[in-house]
This record gives sequence, C-alpha cells and structure tokens, in this order.
Amino acid sequence: MTDHAAKKNSIINNQSGNAAYEVTIHRMGRIWMSIAILVIFAVPVSISLFFNTWPAAGPLLGGLLPIMMIYVPIGIIEVITFSPMLGSGATYLAFTTGNLTNLKVPCALNALEITETEPGSGQGEILSTIAVATSSMVTNLVLVLGVLLFVQLTPILASPTLQPAFENILPALFGALGYLYISKNWKLAVVPVTLMVIIFLIVPTAPVGILIPVSALSAIGAARLMYKREMI
Amino acid sequence: MDDYRNSAFMFVLGAIVALFVTVQCIVFLRKAWQEGKRRGVPEEKMRKTVLSSAVFTLVPSMSILLTMLTLSGALGLALPWIRLSVIGAITYELPAAEAAAQATGASLMGAAVPVDVFSVIVWVMTLGIMSGPIFIIAYFKKLQGKVNKIKAEDNRWGALLVSAMFVGLISSFLGSALAGGVVSILTLFSSALLMVICIQVEQRAGLKAFKDFALPLSMIGAMALSILYSGLLGG
Repeated sequence: MTDHAAKKNSIINNQSGNAAYEVTIHRMGRIWMSIAILVIFAVPVSISLFFNTWPAAGPLLGGLLPIMMIYVPIGIIEVITFSPMLGSGATYLAFTTGNLTNLKVPCALNALEITETEPGSGQGEILSTIAVATSSMVTNLVLVLGVLLFVQLTPILASPTLQPAFENILPALFGALGYLYISKNWKLAVVPVTLMVIIFLIVPTAPVGILIPVSALSAIGAARLMYKREMI
Repeated sequence: MDDYRNSAFMFVLGAIVALFVTVQCIVFLRKAWQEGKRRGVPEEKMRKTVLSSAVFTLVPSMSILLTMLTLSGALGLALPWIRLSVIGAITYELPAAEAAAQATGASLMGAAVPVDVFSVIVWVMTLGIMSGPIFIIAYFKKLQGKVNKIKAEDNRWGALLVSAMFVGLISSFLGSALAGGVVSILTLFSSALLMVICIQVEQRAGLKAFKDFALPLSMIGAMALSILYSGLLGG
C-alpha cells in the first residue's frame, strides 16, 4: 500500500470512528438525560409523599406560570445557542448539572483557549466534555463542603466587605474572557457589543438570558455579511 | 414538626442527587478520555483541561455557595443543595422560589416556610426548568446534525458561525456590565487588563502557569479590586 493510500484509509477509519462516537454519545446522553429527569422529579414526589403534602393546583399554577413564561423559552434558546459551542457530550452533561452561562460555558471556553483548540472541532468536542465533567464534579464537591462547613462558611460568605466581589463576579469573568475572544475576533464583536450596550442603557434591568440569543443572532448576521463580502 | 427542611430525609435525597450527578460526570469523562486517546488528543492536553477546569470552577462556585446560603434561611440547607446540583442556576433558583412563595402568600425573606408552602416551592422549582432537558432529548441530535452539515458544506463558515455565537454570548454580558454602573465597568476593565498582564508575563517570562490559570487569576484580582472600587466610590 502506498503512503497516499494508507493516509486515505487512516482518514476514512478516523471519520467512521468519529461518527461512531457521535452515535454512542447521543445514545448515552439521551439515556442519562432521561434518568436525570426521573431523578429530578423523584425529589418533589418523595417530599410530597414523605411529608404527605401535595401542592394545591392554584398556588402551583400561580407560581409556575410566571416562571415558565420566562424560563421555557430561555431553556430552549440556551440549547440552540450553547450546544454548537459545547459539542455533544458537554451539552448533555451541562444541561444536567446547570449553571451554564456563569460556569460551564466559560469553563469550556477557557479549556479550549489554553489548549489552543478550535471550538467545534473533533478535539474541541473531547476537551469541552472533559472540562464540563471536571467542573461539575468540582462544583458538587464545593456544594458538599458548603453543606458540611455551613456554620464556618456563613460569616465569610455573608461578610458585607466581600459583597461587592460577589456582586461583580460576572463583570470579572466576562472582562477577561471578553478580552481573550474579542481581541482575536474584534470585527465579529462590533455589532453585538454596540447593540447590547444600547439595549442595556435603555433597559438596564433587561434579563441577560433573554438577550443572549439576540446578541448571538446579531453576531451571526454581521459575521455572515462580512464573510460574504470577504471582510473576515 | 421538627425542622423538616434540615431532616435526615432531605439530606439523603441530596446525597442521592449528588451521587447521581457525580456518576454521570465520571461516565462521560471516561468516555471522552477514551475517545480522546483514540483520536490522538495528547494526554497532556486532557490533563491540562482537567486541572485548569478544576481551578477555574472554584471562583464561580463561591457565588453558587452564596445562593445556597441565601435560600437556606427559608428553605433549609438540603433543598438549595439539591437544586443547585442539577439543571438550575443561580439566576433561576432564587426567582423561581420567590415566585412560588408569593403564589402561596408567603415570603422567602421571613423565617422557615411551612411544609405546604415548601412543597409548592419544590414543585415550581423543579417543573419550571425542565424545558431545556426535554428539548435536548427531543431535538438535540437533529440540531447537532444540522450544525455538522453546515460545517461539512463550508468548514470556514462553520467555524465562524461557532465563533460568532461565542462572541454573541460574551457581548451580552459585556453590554450588561458596561451598563451596570461604575463599579461594574471598572471591574470589567480591570479583569481585561489583568488578563493582558497574565498573557504578557507568560510570553516574556515564559511562565506557563500564567497562561493556564490566567482566567481565575484575572477574575480573583478583579473581584478583589471591586471591593476597593466599591469602598472608594461608596457603592
């Protein structure tokens, strides 16, 4: 077999291996996500059974409707927006363990950045899954420690001196992350950053969760336009 | 009734949920590691990902702990632990619990809620966040197929599309921070500046750790500076 033929065979084997992984990870992901939904539902069911108190329809709907009006679209939009960035394995994990915008997505971005890996690539799929799995386990551990050391930690976490630090955790996160990505893709950032600043100046209390897809769509639109005109 | 919120039963439920999440993470981590080896991803890269992700997670986890603390006054310790271990987020749990409490005429600001109110809160917090996981089971595979098709048809545009999404996500938080007051703006720029310094130190002094831990270092530095800014500006 010539070198060329051997290389071609290797690429074909690699591609079929990648496709097999995709099939496996989707099957695994759907099974684990289904079990996760059952486990999560088991919590309120167990509480209602154990304490013999089922919620009345009125208060339940009264509490649920305003929440669902906001968080049903956000939940769907988050899947559409974040899954291409995270890849398959990381998406199934991140949507089980939560805290996507403030933790899991930046964590995956950071991992790809320091390993110099392209987002959405074959290696990116693997590394973002490893990043989200590690991050979820560490958060779990921190929460367990928080439960065990609650009395000792309360005065520190509730300290008025530290409050500005906790209130500004998102600017602290996205300032550094923003520099990393925008310095590389500044042309892509002009339209969405301008749009978001205008929106937040007009409506300072606008929920970021709802504006993420607006910002992403404006960035995609601007990117498409510049791509077509060969500006990027 | 004794403090039902912090009963052994509630903590057993919490332990089961935490165990489930941990097992799922281990299974996915193992699968990704094996696949990484098969694809020829250097083990050093995978180890570096584990270490940097673990260190990075510590800082945002503090704000998750803070949310647990905020909710624990009315709901006890076990329920916030359970809720913050799965699906939800710090931006969701508090409004969801508040909306449920208000629907029953109670408040989270007071002391422990009665068990019937607690039951409503648990159900609302659980049901209100389920759209994402259900949507994933129903449509994620199809969605991923479409994204892969775009990449296959035009690889450069596929990569740009993902980059544009990243930039869109970051831009929304930049906009929020830039319109969030002086301390927020100063924190944002301090964090960016600290990132520049970390990169420069890594490049000029060859200290790799400054690159690997640039994000947590910049975050912690900017958060510490926000305390200073807040003290100086009185807000």
